Parts: sequence; structure tokens; C-alpha cells
Amino acid sequence: MATIEPVAAHTETPVAAQPSSPPPAQPRSEALHFALRNPRVVIGIVVVGALLVLAVIGPWLTDADPFEFGFVTGAEPSRENWFGTTAPGQDVFAQFVHGLRASFVVGALSAAIAALIGMTVGFVAGYRGGVVDEVLSLFTNVVLVIPTLAVLIIVAAYLSVRGLVTEAVLIGVTSWPWAARAIRAQTFSLASRDFVSLARLSGARSTQVIVREIAPNMASYLFLVFILLFGGSVLTAAFLDFIGLGPTNAMSLGVMMNNAVVSGALPLGMWWWFLPPGLGIMAIVGGLYVMNVGLDEVFNPRLRET
Amino acid sequence: MAVAVENLRVHYRTLKGDAKALDGATFRVADGEIMGLAGESGCGKTTLAKSLIRLDGRMRYVEGRVELDGRELPIWDDRGMNPFRFKQVSIVPQYAMSALNPTRKVGRIAQDLLESRGISFGAIRAELDRRLDLVGLPQEVLGMYPLELSGGMKQRTVMVISTLLDPSLLIADEVTSALDVSSQRAVAEMLLEFRDRGFVKSMIVVTHDLAILYQIADTILIMYAGKLAEKAPADAIVSSPLHPYTKLLIGSLPEVGVRFSEHRLTGISGGPPSLIDPPSGCRFRDRCPLAFAKCVEEPPFVEVEPGRHVACWAVAS
Amino acid sequence: MSLYLARKTFLYLVTFVVAVSVDWAIPRLMPGDPINGLIARLQADPTAAEQLHGYFTESFGLDQPLWRQYLDFWRGLAQGDLGPSIAYVGSSVNDLLLNAVPYTLALLVPAILLSYIAGNRVGALAARRKALDNSVLPLAYVLTATPYMWLALVLAYVVGFRWGVLPVSGAYDFSLQPAWTWEFARSFATHWFLPFLSLFLVSFGGWAIGMRNLIIYELEADYANYLQALGAPNGLVRRYAYRNAVLPQMSGLALALGAVVGGALVTEVVFGYPGVGSLILTAVQNRDYFLLQGAFLFIIIGVLIANFVVDLLYMVVDPRTRVGAGRA
Repeated sequence: MATIEPVAAHTETPVAAQPSSPPPAQPRSEALHFALRNPRVVIGIVVVGALLVLAVIGPWLTDADPFEFGFVTGAEPSRENWFGTTAPGQDVFAQFVHGLRASFVVGALSAAIAALIGMTVGFVAGYRGGVVDEVLSLFTNVVLVIPTLAVLIIVAAYLSVRGLVTEAVLIGVTSWPWAARAIRAQTFSLASRDFVSLARLSGARSTQVIVREIAPNMASYLFLVFILLFGGSVLTAAFLDFIGLGPTNAMSLGVMMNNAVVSGALPLGMWWWFLPPGLGIMAIVGGLYVMNVGLDEVFNPRLRET
Repeated sequence: MAVAVENLRVHYRTLKGDAKALDGATFRVADGEIMGLAGESGCGKTTLAKSLIRLDGRMRYVEGRVELDGRELPIWDDRGMNPFRFKQVSIVPQYAMSALNPTRKVGRIAQDLLESRGISFGAIRAELDRRLDLVGLPQEVLGMYPLELSGGMKQRTVMVISTLLDPSLLIADEVTSALDVSSQRAVAEMLLEFRDRGFVKSMIVVTHDLAILYQIADTILIMYAGKLAEKAPADAIVSSPLHPYTKLLIGSLPEVGVRFSEHRLTGISGGPPSLIDPPSGCRFRDRCPLAFAKCVEEPPFVEVEPGRHVACWAVAS
Repeated sequence: MSLYLARKTFLYLVTFVVAVSVDWAIPRLMPGDPINGLIARLQADPTAAEQLHGYFTESFGLDQPLWRQYLDFWRGLAQGDLGPSIAYVGSSVNDLLLNAVPYTLALLVPAILLSYIAGNRVGALAARRKALDNSVLPLAYVLTATPYMWLALVLAYVVGFRWGVLPVSGAYDFSLQPAWTWEFARSFATHWFLPFLSLFLVSFGGWAIGMRNLIIYELEADYANYLQALGAPNGLVRRYAYRNAVLPQMSGLALALGAVVGGALVTEVVFGYPGVGSLILTAVQNRDYFLLQGAFLFIIIGVLIANFVVDLLYMVVDPRTRVGAGRA
């Protein structure tokens, strides 16, 4: 399959944005060496890393609580409130850094869940083939076709209390299909190679073969899949939050934007309230995508331009 | 002389520097001659073959002159080479199995190609049918998609298409490498027939399989690490090789009827040198049983007997 | 050919059944009692509340055994009745959705088609010309990483509020009624433009990147090399490459539909555009489960139909499906 293209997929993780075929085995050090010299990887790491750092230490930089009222209402950015205040008088910067945290947590957790499900389904379908594959593929395709956002809307609407973890689980459980398909395809090609046949002949059980022979050879591919899942989850979470289905007791970037719109920040011109959260999401997702492109080049020397 | 190559140098660009894949090739191929081009992987034979028709992305022309039928081929100029491609010099590529666009019918591919080169498909259709018949392909092939054809059928189709305009020089790049033995024989015989019927004038057959060359080639050119090692008539190469590398190559081939218990196969110990930073002098000297002091100087590719060239101090002196 | 079509039809039927079942099951699986939530909203006093509770339970059929409820759901679906709305008391879910869908389609269809076509063209061009590639590609990446609602917010803020050039709320001027007049048409167009643009730009980025990568891949394929080795002009090679690259792009189109629908929903929320998105927002805020479930079904059916149409088109475009080997 061709290289990464984060196609107009937004709530779903970029479908066509799959990394290319698994690379030839490369000594780790060499891959790392090239990775750190690839401009795209570096940019991606820097951007995402900076935001991550901000998310971690941010809440200590400001002693304001994101939900705390009491500041001047609707104030522009100032010394006191670096990002200004919201209409009812909360500190936007505090909300922003807490929101960053939420985005990272939800993104990582749901990506992990989706990766786990995707790997299980993908490996088993790709390795076993036959009827097992047909059934799993049908299952995958059904989940794939159903618009994730629609399902999430229904489910989230019925949960009166929602936390970050709940949201992460919901997103994780609905965004794995494209990963499963991609992993299945790669497993197919790997499973026909000699070292796998050898492992089979020596009597190893399927799980052992998958875990010991196939997965390690796809390690870099799996990593790229994870990165894309991460980015997609952050976007999906933002969508959910924006419609009002986000965490009921936590601050997130999407919730900020929702609050802003609902409180009429647009006509009131309170750009400092809705611009930063969107930029934050854009930076995280964009950084991850760019990193993905760069890493793809690193892992597949064919793609490197001279 | 159909083909005259003089001091051709073509390098490959890599991240670590230029690989001197083809470092000074000089030889001739006569009209009607089938020259085999052999050597181990990475010796430069494919580079040489490709540079005679089209330099791909990473190849860089350094110097040298190629003449075909008395005219110079501007191989460094992609646009300038176009008039010659397909009509004067053609190629059956290594990837013949996937050389046909999977979403177009075979006949349509041929038609698009021919008409884009200014040849009327209708005018040449009869000849195309004749040649398909010659190689044992039914005419229905033209109405099929590539995926409907077997590997052997695709190979033969590509061979027919590539030679349809009767080129002066045909380059056959590893055309038998991916085939089973009986298909290899069929393809080899096809190449011979194309030459005998005058569809192509001269041919350069690139392969690492000396056995095939012995069957169909008139002369064989052995390459090593980007340099020419030996060129001689086919049976001379096989029965009385001069260059130590050729000798070891021939010697490492299994012979029919000889058992392992009687005569063990010997390989050639060691490996070819790096092409990015090749050693000075003869590139084979590190593995050569006959290496001596003079070998630190590069041996010239000289004619030691009529029709036999060797690049080796041990032989030439 | 029929094998490909048969597989797809089977898949969509199964998906439909699963989706409807999920739609039916979720409210019944979720913790909490939706009826109580409903009654709480109606703020009835406790004695009346209990009567209401009984009434609602019976009219929603919640006292029936589960399998009975399931069948009734399907029956209701077959009759096209999606129930009453809670948020918009007095209106049926059907009516509300049927009124909203045209607006959503008015945004979605042009946005999808135009972004797909434009994205493909630009992506293909960028694959050939380094200069274009260096400028277009980063922009496309930025666009595709932009959340739909954020671009909508930016456009609404800058163009709508700061510059005051275009309106940012509603589908047409409040003082007008939908009619076949120039005045209405103009009002509709100005209100439509920004949300459409927002959807278009983000989707465009993704398609452009996708096509560019696919074309580059095709131009390096063996068949392209062979043609070039035989002296075929660039035009022929490019034509073949484009034709081949469109195939995976088309498959991607079917799959991206679900995502772009999500984008349309949030864009409508930002612009107050009276499509299905705004309807859903209201439904969520008011816990109007019937409306939500109805909207979900509409979306599902819409996406499935669109997928099917794209698959049919794909069959026309990829000759291999007709020869029996196609497996999208």
C-alpha cells in the first residue's frame, strides 16, 4: 500500500494514512540515527513534545483552577490571565493546560485500546486465514462502515456521568478497524515468509508465533499505526466534547470550544477563548502526522530523497 | 559494428556517497551477435544494461561513449534518447511479470504505447499477431487483463512487445531468473529464434546463470565489481577460462554426473569489495589465488588472443 | 462482477442490521432510567410523576419482554415511524429530520465532491512538480490536521464577525421564508458559503495528500518504468498513473464518508446551520433520545447508501472487478 495520507478522515483515524510495508530488519541504532536526522521527525517530536511538557508542568505554572470563577469576566489576555478569561470569569490558560492533559490522556489511552484490539483482530485474521479471516474481516468491515461519531453520540448521550477514561474506552473500542485491516494485510505477507514456517514446524502455537516472530518484525509499522491512532483519537475526542458529549467533570480542549460557542464567544469577539484550544489540537495532531511521515521515510529507505 | 561501448562510467548516488557501479567498460557487440553479460549480484551488469537504454533515478552518467550502428547514443540525455528507445534499442526488463499495467487490457497497452510512438496500431497488427503465434500465445491474449495471464505468458507477451519494432539492440535483463527450468529453456530458445529471424540484430543477455549463456550466447562478458574481467566466445569461457575469477566461477558450477562425494563444490571465499570506496588496482586481488605484486596496479582490459579480452596481469604478461 | 457486488451487498445488509440493533440496544443497556430523566425535565409533581412514569413506560413499550421490544422496533422502522420528539414537543422525529436533512446534504454533497475532485487534481499536479509540491504539501498537512469545527470557528470569527462580510448564523435571513425567489436564493447562498468552505478546505487537504502519494507510487511502478524505457511520452505514463491512483482514492472515499459527516455536524453547530448537526446538538442538550436515535438511523442509512453508490462506481472504474478478481 502507498504511503501515509491522512485522508479527509477526521473522527476516524486516517484510513488511507497507513504506513507503507514493513521495512527490512534494520539495526535499531541505524534507525534511530536516521530518525533524529529526519527534519519531519524532529519537527513532530519538538511540537508534540513541547505540548506534552506544557501539559505536564502547566497546571503548576498557574495556581488557578480551570473551573474556578472569580476573575474579571471576558477579559483579554493580560499579565494576570495569560490567555485571558472566559465569559463567566474563568482563567483560560488554566483551562488550556488542563485540557492539554486531558487530550493526551484520552489520546494515549484510546490509542492503546484501539491498538490492542486492532492487533488482536489483525494478527489472528492475517495469520490464520480461511474462515477465521472471513468472519473477522466481516466484523471489521461492519464496524468500519458504521460512522464512529454517530455511535459515540448515541452511547455518550445515554451515559449521564462521563469521565476521561470512559471517553477513552468508547473511542478506543470504535476506532480500531482500519488498524486491524492494515495489520492483517502486513501479517499476510509476513506469514508466508520462511522464518514463520520454521517456527510453525518447530511446533510453536499460533500465539507464540505471532508474539515472537511476526510482531517484532512489524515493530516499526505497529509504532506508526499507534501514532496515527493517537492523532485520530485526539480529534475524535475533540469532536465529541464539542457537541457536548465530553467528560462531565473534566476540562478538555473540545469542552472549551463548546463552552465558548454556547456562551456566544463568537459575537462577543473573545478569540482568546476558542482559538487556543483549536490550535492546541491542531498542533498535537499535525505534529503526530508529520512525525509519521518522517518515520515512514526512516523505516523505508526507498522513500528517502537523496 | 552494431554496438560499440567505450570507457563507460555510471555511478549510483547513495546517502553514503557515489557507488562506482560501472567503472570503465569498453567492448563491442557485432551485428547478429548474442553477448552474454554475467557476474555475481552487484557486479555492475544491470547498471551497464540499463544505462544503454535509460538511466533510472539514482544513476549518474560520468563519462563514456556508446555507439549504435555508427551513431552516438546520448545516454546522458533522457529526452534525446527517446527517439532511439523501442525503435533502435529495446529492453525486456527484469520485472517483466509486472511490466504491464494491471488495469488495462494487454492489447490496449500495446496500442497506447505504439501510437504514442507514432506507429499506427492497425498497420502493425498483423505482425503482432504473427509474433504472438510464434511464441505460442493465442490472439485472445490481447483482449485480456494482465492478471488473467500466467507468469510465463506475461513474460512472452513482454518479449513480443519489446521486439515488435525490430530493434538493432535488445537488452534481456535477467529474463530467466524467476522461471522454472523448462520455462527458462523456452525463453532462451525464443531469444535465439528472435535473433535468427532477424527480429533483433544484436542482443545483450544479462544473467548470473552461466549455463543459460552457454546455450545461447555467442560471446560472454564477465564482470566483477564494476569492471570487466574477461570477454571471449562462449565455449572458450566455459572450457578454457583465462581470468582467475572466471576460472573459479566455472569451477564452482556443479557438473552433471559428478557426485558430491567425489568432488566437493568449492565457492570463492570472501566477498566483493565496496563500490563506494573500492580498493586501488585490481578489484579481485583480495580473493585471487594468483595475486602478486603487480596487482596493486589496475590491469587493462586487453586482447590477448583474437577475440579474447582479459583484465589480469597474471594472464596478460 | 456479481461476486464483488454480492459481497458488498451482504456487508451492508449485515451492517444495517447490526447498526439498528445497536441503536435499539444502547438505551436499554445504559445505566439509569431514561424515563425518569424525561419526567424530571417535565418537572411534574411526585404523584403525577408516577402516573406519567407508568404511562410513558407503557407507550414506549418498555414493559414488554425484550425480544418483543426488538421486533416492535423493526416494525416501527418498516413503517417509517421514528416516534415523537422530546425537545421539540409536538413534532415528530420524522418531520424534524426530513426538514433538516436537505440542509446537511446541501453542505455535504458539494463539499465532498468538490474537495475530492480538486484535491485529486492538485495532488496529481504536486506529484509532478517539485515547486508545487513544496508549497502545497505542507499546507495540505496543516489543513488535514485542522479540526473541522476549529476552522469553522476561525472562518466565522474572521470573515463573519470581524470583517462582517458573510453571515454566520442560520441558513437564510430570519426575515425571509423559503421560496423560489432571487432574494431567498442569494440569502441562502451567502449563508451557505462559509460552512461549505470550511468543510471543503479540511477535506481538500486530505485528498490532495492522498493523491499525491498515490501518484508518486504509481509513477515508480514497474509498468511506468517499462513504458518509459520504451520511450513512451510522459503524458501516457501520467494518464495510466492517474487512472490507477484513482482506484484506492475511491475506496478511501467510501471510508471517509463517515468522517466527513462528523465534520458537517460540528460545522453546523458553529454556524447555527439548521441541519442534522444542530438537531443533534439540541437533542443532546435536551436528552431527546428519540431524536438522537432517529438521527443515528438517518446517518447510518445515508452512509450505507453513499457507500453502496461509491462501490458501484468503483466497479465501473476498476476493470478487474468485472473479471472476478476485485476485492476492495
